[in-house]
Amino acid sequence: MDINKQKIIRLTLSYIVIFAMIIMILFPILWIVGSSFNPGNSLSGSTMIPENATLAHYKELFDPQRSDYLLWYWNTLKVCIITMVFSVILVSLAAYSFSRYRFIGRKNGLMTFLILQMIPNFAALIAIYVLASLTGLLDTHLGLILIYTGGSIPMNTYLMKGYLDTLPKELDESARMDGAGHLRIFWQIILPLAKPIIAVVALFTFIAPFTDFILARILLRSEENYTLAVGLYQMIAKQFGNEFTLFAAGAVLIAVPISILFLLLQKYFVTGLTAGGIKG
Amino acid sequence: MLQTDTEHKKNKRKIAIILSIIPGIGQMYNKQVFKGLVFLVLTISFFVAFRDLFQFGFWGLITLGVDPQYDHSIFLLIEGILTVIITILFLGIYAFNFYDAYKVGKKRDNAEKVNGLREQYHALIDNGFPYLMMSPGFLLMVFVVIFPILFVILLSFTNYNLYHSPPANLVDWVGFQNFVDIFNVPIWRETFISVFAWTIVWTFAATTLQIGLGILLAVIMNQPDIKFKRTIRTIFILPWAVPAFVSLLVFAGMFNESFGTINRDILAFFGLDAIPWMTNAMYTRLALIFIQTWLGFPFIFAMTTGVLQSIPSELYEAADVDGATIIQKFRSITLPLILFSTAPILITQFTGNFNNFNAIYLFNGGGPAVSGQNAGGTDILISWIYSLTMNSAQYGKAAAITMILSLIVIIVALWQFRRTKSFQEEDMM
Repeated sequence: MDINKQKIIRLTLSYIVIFAMIIMILFPILWIVGSSFNPGNSLSGSTMIPENATLAHYKELFDPQRSDYLLWYWNTLKVCIITMVFSVILVSLAAYSFSRYRFIGRKNGLMTFLILQMIPNFAALIAIYVLASLTGLLDTHLGLILIYTGGSIPMNTYLMKGYLDTLPKELDESARMDGAGHLRIFWQIILPLAKPIIAVVALFTFIAPFTDFILARILLRSEENYTLAVGLYQMIAKQFGNEFTLFAAGAVLIAVPISILFLLLQKYFVTGLTAGGIKG
Repeated sequence: MLQTDTEHKKNKRKIAIILSIIPGIGQMYNKQVFKGLVFLVLTISFFVAFRDLFQFGFWGLITLGVDPQYDHSIFLLIEGILTVIITILFLGIYAFNFYDAYKVGKKRDNAEKVNGLREQYHALIDNGFPYLMMSPGFLLMVFVVIFPILFVILLSFTNYNLYHSPPANLVDWVGFQNFVDIFNVPIWRETFISVFAWTIVWTFAATTLQIGLGILLAVIMNQPDIKFKRTIRTIFILPWAVPAFVSLLVFAGMFNESFGTINRDILAFFGLDAIPWMTNAMYTRLALIFIQTWLGFPFIFAMTTGVLQSIPSELYEAADVDGATIIQKFRSITLPLILFSTAPILITQFTGNFNNFNAIYLFNGGGPAVSGQNAGGTDILISWIYSLTMNSAQYGKAAAITMILSLIVIIVALWQFRRTKSFQEEDMM
């Protein structure tokens, strides 16, 4: 009897907390989706469930004549994909050497990586800005890609080295006995086994430039070069409120595909971050 | 006769080393002509290619220019760093040249066979392979990560700002003046103290709340008799799935004083007055902590859920037999196990928020403005550095603050690293 009563109280409390959290999570999401369908530019007089919903804002975003939004989307995907490919290549090469070879400078190299991964690379933003303007890389995607790739190396190399360390060394040795060269062992034995961690590194190095704001904001100057984060910010910063419904549509178009991608790959994020934290 | 011969033999390594003062000659003496040529050509081309740099690089680094008409201090500073990096690289090769000459000379002294060209090639491939694989990534890192860091370190000892900026003016070394100013000049000191205090409050409040909420929800969702687990868990992950910069900008709209839904709909619904979210620093801070909790709890939630599912149920059954209450079970079984396996990641959450530029800048640009200091009311160190650099061109001061910030992060991270190691040695499960 008493146990039953206790259980009812416990469940009621739990459901109250869950219900409150669901409202707090869904409210902003529904609000922005509702805003994006509202007619008119500003939000005055708008409602969360608009009476005469319109797709006008989405149409405007998809019209290259009236908005750079598609261009920003393209820029972002370009920067993210190239960064991802470069990073995965450089990180796997470095991680493989650190994990499998004992060479002069290895310990110092690892220590350098360890310390570098602790400092966020935008901490040196003055230097990045000055250097980029000197080398003519200001306002180019190349500059951005180089910085993202270089910045991703220390942390991800550590992550991947940790994983490669767990693969048995006997595999390499027996392959070497059979006369396989260094590159062949790397390519045909290590890489296929390292697929899970390569997926994690690829995911991280794709998502990091996608969600970065500060470096893109420092480097990119002209509107047609913006990435989504900078473009969306400018949209709202230029004349806050006057274009809010358009901004809302832009936000929805970013959030929906990324969220779906994220929910599908979520377990990689958790394992990757957990492994990184413990091994790092 | 025999005696002199052995003596002569012993001397080969010495002679090789002495000859190596000019790189390559030692190798040639060791009858490795091709290798010696490579060393020699490498050295000569080094000096030819970087002649100007060696000539002016160190001069520029020390003086930062003497005549603003011809000298651009920042160019000189960058060339100086480049010179130092190249010099270090060269010294490395130079040292290797001695090492190699010594090693081969010793082999000859011991009357061992010296590698022919073919073996040399194989040895190079075998020993050089890890370096070869690392070098592309390492080079890129030197230029986009290490180079900027060196630049900032040096910049923090200069007076580079709006009034001392090329091409019109020269930049000068000022020693520790920037650091002294930050703690001595009243406006800098006041600003630094208030920004630093808010950075600490922000870091601890936001991080503790997001960790607490994440763990609480994970524990609630782990009760066996909760329905619709999958759906609810997916909803709880949503704030993590949406890119943070999008959510932050959306929140900036929601909290907007004139059209935001918080003032217009929610507070009005409860019959409350509008709150100046964006113009009163206290309210902006509250809003920011709330928003960061919203953004940050799902990761902790997901991670803790994983940990909870791996806790063996026998532990709870044993506790039930002993008549433990829910709270007792949580405090002595669940919480220690969660904290044990997630402690390192929880610490990275703190360092992450300490440098959470996006949250601060995208919500309200670090504002509102506060009288009597040159940072906004919600500026944390990193966003203050940003505005010093981009808005008021206080590069030297910004670099000095960057140094202070990096020092804090490194100390915390090293401490974390050592704890992590010791954690791994403990055997709790």
